[in-house]
Amino acid sequence: MSATNPPRAPEFDIDHGAMRHLADAQVNVELDTGDMILNIGPQHPATHGTLRVVVRLDGERVLSADPVIGYMHRGYEKLTEFRTYPQVTTLINRIDWLSSFANEVPFIDAAEQLMAIEAPPRAKYIRTILTELSRIATFVLFLGEMGLQVGALTPPFYGFRDREYVLNLIEAVTGGRFHPNFNRIGGLKDDLPWGWIADCRSTMGTVLDSCSMFEDLVLGNEIFEARTRSIGIIPPDIGAGYGVSGSNLRASGVDWDLRRDGRPYLVYPELDFRVWTHADGDSFSRYWVRLQETRESALMVLQMLDRIPSGPIMAKVPRIIKVPEGEVWVETENPLGQMGYYVISKGATGPFRVKIRSASFSNVSILPWLLRGVYVPDVITILGSLYFILGDIDR
Amino acid sequence: MSSLPHLLALDIGWGSTLAIKTIIVLAIIPAGALILGYVFLLKVMSHMQSRLGPMDPGGFHGWFQLIGDGIKFLQKEDVMPAEADRRVFAIAPAVIVISTFLVFAVIPVGPDLVVKHLDVGVFYALAVSSLSVIGVLMAGWASANKFALLGALRAAAQLIAYELPLLLAVVGVVIQAGTTSLNGIVLSQQNGAIFGWDGIGNPFILTQFVGFALFLVASQAELTQTPFDMPVAETELVAGYMVEYTGFRFLFFFIGEFGTAFAFAALAATLFLGGYSVPGVYGDWANILGPFVLFAKLMIIAFLMFWVRFTYPRLREDQLQAVAWKFLIPIGLLNILVTGVFKVAF
Repeated sequence: MSATNPPRAPEFDIDHGAMRHLADAQVNVELDTGDMILNIGPQHPATHGTLRVVVRLDGERVLSADPVIGYMHRGYEKLTEFRTYPQVTTLINRIDWLSSFANEVPFIDAAEQLMAIEAPPRAKYIRTILTELSRIATFVLFLGEMGLQVGALTPPFYGFRDREYVLNLIEAVTGGRFHPNFNRIGGLKDDLPWGWIADCRSTMGTVLDSCSMFEDLVLGNEIFEARTRSIGIIPPDIGAGYGVSGSNLRASGVDWDLRRDGRPYLVYPELDFRVWTHADGDSFSRYWVRLQETRESALMVLQMLDRIPSGPIMAKVPRIIKVPEGEVWVETENPLGQMGYYVISKGATGPFRVKIRSASFSNVSILPWLLRGVYVPDVITILGSLYFILGDIDR
Repeated sequence: MSSLPHLLALDIGWGSTLAIKTIIVLAIIPAGALILGYVFLLKVMSHMQSRLGPMDPGGFHGWFQLIGDGIKFLQKEDVMPAEADRRVFAIAPAVIVISTFLVFAVIPVGPDLVVKHLDVGVFYALAVSSLSVIGVLMAGWASANKFALLGALRAAAQLIAYELPLLLAVVGVVIQAGTTSLNGIVLSQQNGAIFGWDGIGNPFILTQFVGFALFLVASQAELTQTPFDMPVAETELVAGYMVEYTGFRFLFFFIGEFGTAFAFAALAATLFLGGYSVPGVYGDWANILGPFVLFAKLMIIAFLMFWVRFTYPRLREDQLQAVAWKFLIPIGLLNILVTGVFKVAF
């Protein structure tokens, strides 16, 4: 890609006989075909936004791939320095816009740790339920969209339909489909609306049904298997080395889930759930793991609906929130992977500095390694199976 | 039946007859494309994908939607890339549509209702239908776009690979019918008998079911429909060779796509389902009922095609070639062998 000139011809007498011989040999070995540089993105239907991947092609085979990011950089880390803590939640639930509620949790958790406040149990339960609901909303969309990446037109519509059921639940509680902005330091804005638990239970049944449907329609399809099996294999050590996390890493056989293995947060220690892994590490196993995790999340929500305690939803919090001096690192298992905030407070109403560790940024950083040598159609399935959100990459 | 006056014995010159036939064929393609587009793209697909589909325009189930879409396309700006090979870019959509028109010239819709009786009708139809690949290559090359070029090259490789199974599938029918004229094939199905029982004739789908399956698979590839839609693959190549086309020229591609689906469905109905013939109807009544019967049979085949299109994911380019050369062509050859043995034995 560099614009260097071709090397200059040597300035000495050429032995024409030998050169002719050399030319013959050249023809017999292989015709030299030029490489083609193809810009996939920033406007491309398969990049979920504005990711740009510059691929160098020989025919349809990828010689090298460079993701170019930053088309959607909004400067959230800097913006947080000019906001108060309650205002920051508005920003951060726009990082990964598909599971915005899950984004709020670690930041609020960090602020609560610094202030030494603990949310009441009911608030924790509701937070966990909403986090798992946003996980389901994200994954159900993935289960459908992955079908579109391999060319099936119908699954994405089922994905969007089922996601809508879950978003309706989130909207019923928080008032916002996409950006709930519902967490408060020390608790939640409101309690659950009347009748919501019964609705949620029936919707979880629908989600479980649709998981079985996706298993039949997409996972069981021979063409889907042919397109995804042993495509885009991430070995566990390489994946971990690039900082890949979440379902992508679990699909490579690494049994690591922050809900179980990390610092205990929300009510996950009280829940009974299984962490799914797959040994293969290919696109197929990433789909498989997310399918199982969707199911697992629905079961977790059902568990929590049975156990949810009564009580207040807000702890005692001062009217003007000033966070004492200190710094804290909080990481959680978000739908897309490990999401962390490093919050430094100098005792003011807003944070002094926030470092956001978002999952997708690390997940796409493996692309140059992963895309080398695959075909163009596989580029799309690999991008789809890694499942990133542009806001989560660029922040 | 013979008491009916001979409807088609109009005493007009061959020039006028040809003009009338041409106008009818010219009207059939857009009408067929519209019908398939409306029924399958807007209604059947919406139903399968649990969507409503357009319901408002025109009143009854949104029948006006596609016509409205057409009007919208006419109003759009005709954009041509600065680097494009202007003349080739402009001609390419027409080449694709013309190849579809030419197929209809030999498909009989009644004993006498055909533009041109050709003794080599089957091979003519298959030959002109593959002309569209030239249009695709022209469009891809002239667009001066890398995605379009990739799409066009994929399309060329694919159409060439699938021409062969398509032909092999038809050879079985030709052996059984003993003629390559489409009308002859219809007649031999009409006059055939199943183990001596001639109640419904002998539609070749009963004996040539392997050929029928091959024909459907290969025509799916010829139409560049899922699971063989790599040349247009939206999620990979955006829209392949059509990516730079807008407005009216894009509409041509649309008509070409659905018109070709219409043509292939009609061809499959003629070859395997007995075409225009319906048991117990001969002579002038067959001329009257023929078009409707053929249309009904064609819609059944088109439903199969679109059902597959809306259900399956897409294969990869190399897998596509593997399917053609490793499975379809050997099966096609075997089918010809078995058909030949049976033909000689019985």
